[in-house]
Amino acid sequence: MKFPGAMKFPGAMKETLWTFAALASHWRRRPGNFGMLLLGLAMATALWSGVQALNAQARNSYDAATAAISGGGARTLGSSRGGLFDQDLFVKLRRAGFNVSPVLEGSVRIGEENVRIIGVEPLSLPRRSPIAHLRSRADLIEDFFSGPGRGFASPETLRRLNLAEGAQPLTNRGRQLPPLAALAEAPPGAIVVDIGVAQHLLDRHEKLSRLILADDETLDEARLKSIAGDALRLVAANEESELDRLTDSFHLNLTAFGFLAFLVGLFIVHAAYGLAFEQRLPTLRTLRALGVAPMHLVAAMAWEIAVLTLAAGGAGVIGGYALARALLPDVARSLESLYGAQISENLALDARWWFSGLAMAGAGAVLAAASGLLKTLRLPPLSVSRPIAWRAEHHRYLRRQAALAVLALVAAACAYGFGKGLASGFAVIGLALLAAALFLPVGLAGALALGEHVARRPLARWFFADGRQEISGLSLALMALLIALAANIGVGGMVEGFRQTFGRWLDARLVAEVYFEAATPADAQDIEAWARKQSDISAILPVWRAKTRIGAWPVDVFGMTPHETYTAHFPLLDAEPNMWTDLRDQDAVLVSEQLARRLGLGVGAMIDIPTSHEDWRARVVGVFPDYGNPKGQLRIDHEKLKRYFDDASGIHYSLRAAPGATPRVIEDMQQRFDGKIARIIDQSELKALSTEVFERTFAVTTALNTLTLIVSGVALFASLLTLSEMRRARIAPVWALGATRRQLAGLEMIRVLAFAAGAAVFATPLGLFMTWCLVAIVNVAAFGWRLPFHMFPAQWLVVLLIALCAAFFAALVPLVRLARSAPTELLRVFSNER
Amino acid sequence: MLRVERLSKSYPTPQGPIPVLRGVDFTLDAGASLALTGESGSGKSTLIHLVGALDDADSGEVVLDGVALTRLPEKARAAMRRDKIGVVFQQFNLIPSLTVAENLGFQARLAGRYDPPWQQELTERLGLAALGARYPEELSGGQQQRVAIGRALAVRPKLLLADEPTGNLDEATGDNVMSLALDLVAATGCAFLMATHSERLASRLRRRVRLESGFLAQ
Repeated sequence: MKFPGAMKFPGAMKETLWTFAALASHWRRRPGNFGMLLLGLAMATALWSGVQALNAQARNSYDAATAAISGGGARTLGSSRGGLFDQDLFVKLRRAGFNVSPVLEGSVRIGEENVRIIGVEPLSLPRRSPIAHLRSRADLIEDFFSGPGRGFASPETLRRLNLAEGAQPLTNRGRQLPPLAALAEAPPGAIVVDIGVAQHLLDRHEKLSRLILADDETLDEARLKSIAGDALRLVAANEESELDRLTDSFHLNLTAFGFLAFLVGLFIVHAAYGLAFEQRLPTLRTLRALGVAPMHLVAAMAWEIAVLTLAAGGAGVIGGYALARALLPDVARSLESLYGAQISENLALDARWWFSGLAMAGAGAVLAAASGLLKTLRLPPLSVSRPIAWRAEHHRYLRRQAALAVLALVAAACAYGFGKGLASGFAVIGLALLAAALFLPVGLAGALALGEHVARRPLARWFFADGRQEISGLSLALMALLIALAANIGVGGMVEGFRQTFGRWLDARLVAEVYFEAATPADAQDIEAWARKQSDISAILPVWRAKTRIGAWPVDVFGMTPHETYTAHFPLLDAEPNMWTDLRDQDAVLVSEQLARRLGLGVGAMIDIPTSHEDWRARVVGVFPDYGNPKGQLRIDHEKLKRYFDDASGIHYSLRAAPGATPRVIEDMQQRFDGKIARIIDQSELKALSTEVFERTFAVTTALNTLTLIVSGVALFASLLTLSEMRRARIAPVWALGATRRQLAGLEMIRVLAFAAGAAVFATPLGLFMTWCLVAIVNVAAFGWRLPFHMFPAQWLVVLLIALCAAFFAALVPLVRLARSAPTELLRVFSNER
Repeated sequence: MLRVERLSKSYPTPQGPIPVLRGVDFTLDAGASLALTGESGSGKSTLIHLVGALDDADSGEVVLDGVALTRLPEKARAAMRRDKIGVVFQQFNLIPSLTVAENLGFQARLAGRYDPPWQQELTERLGLAALGARYPEELSGGQQQRVAIGRALAVRPKLLLADEPTGNLDEATGDNVMSLALDLVAATGCAFLMATHSERLASRLRRRVRLESGFLAQ
């Protein structure tokens, strides 16, 4: 400790400074403990801020995608029933004096990559649009309109597509893009082209996605209605985008798991700081006896927390950045596969994110140290001698834990009974975890008391009795281990159950052998005509699709042809007896599970579906599972789709091929139709792709779960390391009475393993409850589907082994140290007894 | 310098309060020394704690240097302990994470009265010059007690309190430590109140009183 004698501080500050220096000197003597404290807070901050970085990056990308065209904060007009609307409407509105700019958006495939095409008209774009500055670049704007035109993509998008400036790639439908140019303002994963070029590339002639209103345009809604009828709706500048709404659950899930990891990390900080408080208690009393006021002690401890926050929080935020960079590719691919969202993989975070990471570290450190700070405020300078203090304190501690556990359980029951949606689901899980964690020391103490009662040999009795004394010191680390193990069983069970359900569901949904997408409806007709003549092809099933909008939700409408492919295999959750004939002959629809839940529909309910003409009223005759799809889906008869939806795609088909004929059919089609086929894929490849999307979606959850388990292992290690010094005072008397150091180290190891096994045994039912909450509450609220509940005993065994391994390795260093400790070290306990 | 009037203190127990001090009166002038003797449990440590503003009395008054300690709020009592009182405990109560040199100067620095020449003199007279960089756990009991005495005197207190200061030391070491303490007390001119169960040690101070059944007997 350096005493800056020459420095001038006001008296109170000087006192706090010296007190701080005296307190901080504790860490100088115990760098290992300090390292654990730093590591715990850094890991907690890293996991939390890493997840927040992923969320921020994704949301920034969504905003950038919107703002890149409209400049952000712009009002738009979109189709009232979702999907596209006629360009005529735009022309009419312009003629009527409305200052609007047209946009057409859609996706094409270039090679193996999905690319968003955004068609705009730069001359009418609002001034604040980043693309609008093209107007001042005569060379670029001329190219944009003349000749083959121009396509603008961000340098990152060009890199991802492996294309140079000037390249003119072909889409999978055989359409050629205009020469590409790099434009930093272009949204991630998109190519901006002239509106006419976009209509050609997307095969959406005379169609538009939305109209951007000029900043100064005051919309006369009555006039708008007189021109466009009910075809267009005003989308306010602050209205949550479709992508925001669809991806909300995904981000909430990430946040929940990030928060869980943060909490587990805080257990380390709490354990390390709590043990340090116990170790420093004599020093704190001495400081009080020497005349340090309680407030100055607390102020010094607050300084310590501030230093800790800056050091560990700073390292944690940097760690979070590294973690986000590592996980971003998986998250970006998941969001693209699931929602079609393009996420920039260039992690760019603003100052707010860095500061919020540090603030979270500070809040975590204060929370973890709060009980120590409060005790310090009330700390008397004298320690009152109480011969039965430990026993009374231990019983008080257990009673308090049990009472808090009951409170947490009651709160969980209330959250389940009165709460709604995702937040309530996570609250139930969080409170149940908390209740179990609080009850763990009570359960372990009960088991040890029973052991003590049964044991006959003196060393065995000491083993159990001493174990009870150790519980309060280890309880936080054991709670962290319990939570991590339960989360592992819970999430593992949910993911494995989902994997099995998803596999069976895919087998039932993907019965056709070949799936293809024609370049245009005319090409589709040619292929269909050819396919009908092929002996290897037993059925041609059009799977045309259209878009609509029900309530606030985008909905895909798929056509179905009555065929054994569906009637014998199509998976259903609920259906009317004559469902397939009703679907063909009556006004009837099948509704996906998530849409049915969102709209509160069941079999027999009536639903009004916006179509190209007027609303179509149909009866729900079946509800089907549609795992992995964030959008709602309706399945209707193919003929009705053609009748009600003018813009039905007309290019998607599946084929039933004779056994073993699939490769030949695909090869024939590719040779004969080449450019007329945008995409063709066989059943096994499509299943593999779907499974890959599934695996990637849960890759991040699994990674966070594993990191949480590692953090809890570190918590156990930190606690055992810190406790090992305090343990010496308890072990030395037994050693002095005749037990060997090796014998004592062995007993210590058995005790730690027994504690970990106890935590694992507690974690199993808790994990099962968590799985149930995830499948029955969280998934239903987040995605709209409910999975069957599965149990996987083999997973429990693995978790038990993980717990034992974590405990074994955490205990190894302190115990080897004990086994090898020289007798003089144990004797010092007696010479220094205070 | 120190005036103690009708000081009473009892400890609560499940069977009812046990009185330890029952209206103790005495005074102590600057430069004077007083030994407080009595059986174990007679209340010597309690009296030292009350006089040192470490604990609250049930009734009575402790006036140090004109300030009634018993009426002060906690913050002001802490300031009195820091600035005017030096305490030597039987268990030494050194700060284990600070070196000998740092422990010696700690209270003086807290009080803003760190005096390097005085610190140097204390270090040399207490025979701690070679031990400055060591930590308390690396010292013998006698050495630790010498550090504790040095720390208490480094602040040049008005009152030095010692609670069984040689209770953990052998006779020869205890005598040696006691001699040093008395020399330094004489050098600083502070009042010295010591609790001890050793009549032999008590006889080395100018006055001695005995605590019996909560009362002082001359």
